[in-house]
Amino acid sequence: MSTANTNDNELQLSRRSFLRVSMSAAGGLLVALYLHPTAAAQEGSQPRPRPKVYPPDAFVDIRPDGKIVIQVNRLEFGQGVQTALPMILADELDADWSQVVAELAPAADVYKDPLMGIQMVGGSGSIAHSFQQYRELGAKTRAMLIATAAERWKVAPNKCRTQESVVYGPGGQSAKYAELGSDAARSVVPASVQLKNPSEFRLVGKNIRRLDSRPKCDGSLKFGLDLDLPNMKVAVVARPPVFGARVKSVDDKAARSLEGVRDVFEIPLAHGTGVAVVADKFWTAKQARDQLKIEWDFKGVKRADSSQLFAKYKELARTAGLSAMARGDAKALEGIDASKRIVAEYEFPYLAHAPMEPLNTTIRFDGDRAEAWAGSQFQTIDQMAIGEVLGLKPEQVTFHTEMAGGGFGRRAVADSHVQREAAVIAKRFRGTPVKLIWTREDDIRGGYYRPMHVHRVEVGIGADGMPSAWRHVIVGQSLLAGTPFAQYMKDGVDNSAVEGASDTHYNIPNLNVSVHHPTVNVPVLWWRSVGHTHTAYVMETLIDELAARASVDPIAYRQKLLKPEAKKLLAALGLLDAKSASWRRKLPKGHAFGISCHESFGTGVACAVEVSIQDERPRIHRVTVAVDAGIAVNPLTIESQFQAGVAFGLSQLMEKGAITFKDGVVEQRNFDGFVPPYMPDAPVAVDVHIVPSTEAPTGCGEPPVPVISPAVVNALSKLTGKRYRTLPLVTV
Amino acid sequence: MATYQLTVNGERKEVTVDPSTPLLWVLREDLKMTGTKYGCGVSVCGACTVHVNGVATRSCMLPISLLGERAIVTIEAMNDDAVGRVVQDAWVEKDVVQCGYCQSGQIMSAVALLKATPKPTDTNIEESMGGNICRCATYVRIREAIKTAAARLK
Amino acid sequence: MPRYRAAGLLISIIILAFGAWTIIASALGQAREQGRSDVSRAQGLVAWEQVYSVLTHPRCINCHTATNYPQQGDDRHRHFANVVRGPEGKGVPALNCVTCHQEVNADSTGVPGGHDWHLAPLSMKWQDANDNPLPSAAICRSVTDRSKNGNLDAQALLKHHEEAVLVLWAWQPGRRPDGTMRTLPPLSHKEFVAATRRWVEAGTPCPPAR
Repeated sequence: MSTANTNDNELQLSRRSFLRVSMSAAGGLLVALYLHPTAAAQEGSQPRPRPKVYPPDAFVDIRPDGKIVIQVNRLEFGQGVQTALPMILADELDADWSQVVAELAPAADVYKDPLMGIQMVGGSGSIAHSFQQYRELGAKTRAMLIATAAERWKVAPNKCRTQESVVYGPGGQSAKYAELGSDAARSVVPASVQLKNPSEFRLVGKNIRRLDSRPKCDGSLKFGLDLDLPNMKVAVVARPPVFGARVKSVDDKAARSLEGVRDVFEIPLAHGTGVAVVADKFWTAKQARDQLKIEWDFKGVKRADSSQLFAKYKELARTAGLSAMARGDAKALEGIDASKRIVAEYEFPYLAHAPMEPLNTTIRFDGDRAEAWAGSQFQTIDQMAIGEVLGLKPEQVTFHTEMAGGGFGRRAVADSHVQREAAVIAKRFRGTPVKLIWTREDDIRGGYYRPMHVHRVEVGIGADGMPSAWRHVIVGQSLLAGTPFAQYMKDGVDNSAVEGASDTHYNIPNLNVSVHHPTVNVPVLWWRSVGHTHTAYVMETLIDELAARASVDPIAYRQKLLKPEAKKLLAALGLLDAKSASWRRKLPKGHAFGISCHESFGTGVACAVEVSIQDERPRIHRVTVAVDAGIAVNPLTIESQFQAGVAFGLSQLMEKGAITFKDGVVEQRNFDGFVPPYMPDAPVAVDVHIVPSTEAPTGCGEPPVPVISPAVVNALSKLTGKRYRTLPLVTV
Repeated sequence: MATYQLTVNGERKEVTVDPSTPLLWVLREDLKMTGTKYGCGVSVCGACTVHVNGVATRSCMLPISLLGERAIVTIEAMNDDAVGRVVQDAWVEKDVVQCGYCQSGQIMSAVALLKATPKPTDTNIEESMGGNICRCATYVRIREAIKTAAARLK
Repeated sequence: MPRYRAAGLLISIIILAFGAWTIIASALGQAREQGRSDVSRAQGLVAWEQVYSVLTHPRCINCHTATNYPQQGDDRHRHFANVVRGPEGKGVPALNCVTCHQEVNADSTGVPGGHDWHLAPLSMKWQDANDNPLPSAAICRSVTDRSKNGNLDAQALLKHHEEAVLVLWAWQPGRRPDGTMRTLPPLSHKEFVAATRRWVEAGTPCPPAR
């Protein structure tokens, strides 16, 4: 029996370094993720970062063959940013769109999010934060092309015009961007530039098809998992069955005997330690891992258990927590008769993101430098983490952004645990690229879940049928606590657990929202739309219940209850009403409609669903969605995001849509235990309507998710008379 | 280790692998054909779908030792397939893909459906495609694209 | 005797002889079916309950559903990935049974297999629409009903239990994806065949319907 053959000191260093690097990498601006930019601007609590000067040549490369290669400063993982950001730039540039090629930029300072200070995608902020930036880049590049042409022709730049990748002079001269490109790149970057009048947009605001469709349809596009490099090895890691357990001993004789196995050794993990198996091929590595006989040390490790946790959470929810919102009279509820009160308790389970492409990273360590390839939502954080493990500065790590097969937040991890595992393994194979693969089982069982939550709400109804007092206790792990970002929590409150409730746009005069953040030995992470996944469910089902009690139409009730400042929600509701009234009024027998509305990440969304019950499950015949996201940069993308995003949101209602723990161990293994929506679970048809707007664009990646589950159960409640306060929806 | 003679997209290939290796990994690692994807490894998601003797088959669970003489067709061949091409074009026209990782499998399943049932009903589509996971949930547009492709196929 | 009366007499004799012949043949046949007369009806019913215990084990009943879908697992949950019966019990295009199930078990990947893997026809459903196993009397009547069981007589039923590939599979069901072996029916195959034979020799009696 061989013991783990790793230097203990190495393990110690790596564990410390997890914390150290995460902290410095965040630079303090990560906190802005929880105060999303519009809220921060409103509250004036966050100083606006000084605008950076972004060199156009880092973003646009005009090739002699006419191709215009645009660097996208964020990961593309389905949301369409790889098309939308180039559109914005290409529009100001007056480029021939058919010649535009988009590339995912590697990790670099210049590609950091202008507001957040890290290179990232998340918080539905891509367009919101880079709209202006990419417009300026396009306009500056255009100005430099004109300046170059004007210089050649000895004319005034303001006498030139551009169209479809050509500069035209006042005397009939013309020059292609392709001819001017290399000279233009060397010319002076203007300090400021005139942007187009929106009426001049040729691409922005139009339905432009994705640039990456064809290669994703013919098998040619390579995702991170598809990477193949000469002499590459593949690694998988045997992980502890309970988070934080450590390897006590390993019998790897059988594993090592398999042909193609290169090495077996213990490595530190973000939680505990594991055993890495490196082989020539994936199947060999996986089989070898299956042959390992590992004894685990569970000393001091807490075992999470779902039923125990729910019992504990429910108990906690009966007491006030840390205050997240206290408005009006804290004792207002006491003065309301019990017959005019609703008391509701909600339960939400852990959720896995389970993006379609299992997590993976490839790293080659060459001693004085390293090269990494990963579909990462946090490139500069990951780059620093890899450098830390390998003893390199970030500049010594070339980090390539690969196309990712989904993310939903799973690829944005402050502790960079996947990259760190890969770096530790690569360090032992100097000069050899090593691809670390998480199997689907590793992913389903590997933690970093949307936390489980309990809500307890007591609502006092006023004489007008509107809620006059609202006491809301939320229980759920903090995403920040226990990490270096705990210092950014305000008075112990992690805003990501209460957003959507504490800052509700409903005009409730006496509102009290408080939160308990238990410490649980389960790593947690933001899951597409974060706190709104559960707060919107509670808000929108309770509001609907109130509307039913008052015998008021659910849209009218919301319109009356929303604050007048909630312009986007009101606009969305109005548009929703107009677009769904006719079908809502003539539903077949056995069908009902359900309504919800919610604003998240600056975007207001309202939706109506038509539901019946078939085979004891909700059958969603139709969804009508109205959205106010400011300027619609690419309406086709927005339509796509909402059609698919609402179906993604139905993950929360799936019969087997929960991660559960028994005695510290995750009970699910794969997609047969944690079941996402398939086609029969998704709506048959979704029509999307965009509120016309000239306001700054806000995001559409996450806003579709919170509205769908409450809308569906609101419809079910009409059909069955039941209230659905426990997710997932095991029975209807 | 054992040596196998395979017919992949009409070409003869030879591989020497562990007999238990799923066809998926033979395609991806030994033949360097990465269009067929690994999503779950237990045939629940359909990302690994290929055609074996014309039958849609989940390659992640088919050990190479059980393949026999059957011919394999992968997503890489759909470009040159009469039905495959129409399906791909419909997918592009309808802007179906988001992250795209599942779409090789979706297209292989859709092609199998349309080859067996050129004019599928909504129920046919839902039953045949109901076993392919799209985590981005692009199902609404997948349905539309299949109907578009069906309308174009004679 | 007038000719017509002679003809009528001859016809009557023929009819009577034919009638006697069928009665004797039937009695002989029943005796043949009964075989050894020491397997009483009571013993046959006991044997049937043993057969029933196998038929309602997950390895068998999971494919004898009353619904649009097969089941899987010892807890007999609905088969994953929304696989459906299809018009011939073989699934639908893109989701045929053989999309995953091969000619033999694939133990390295955890998928059971056998030649021509498919669902039993709805006429051979052994569960109700709510996935509850039907009572012993109901299944007994079903499997002995030649209009439902593929026109199998008692001997053919015995042969089916003895030799059919997908029946034999139940005793070599292979490994699950997690590496563990699938559970076996409560009797060995040999015991199952012996119980079937006793039941057949007792004349395939069925318990009374309640």
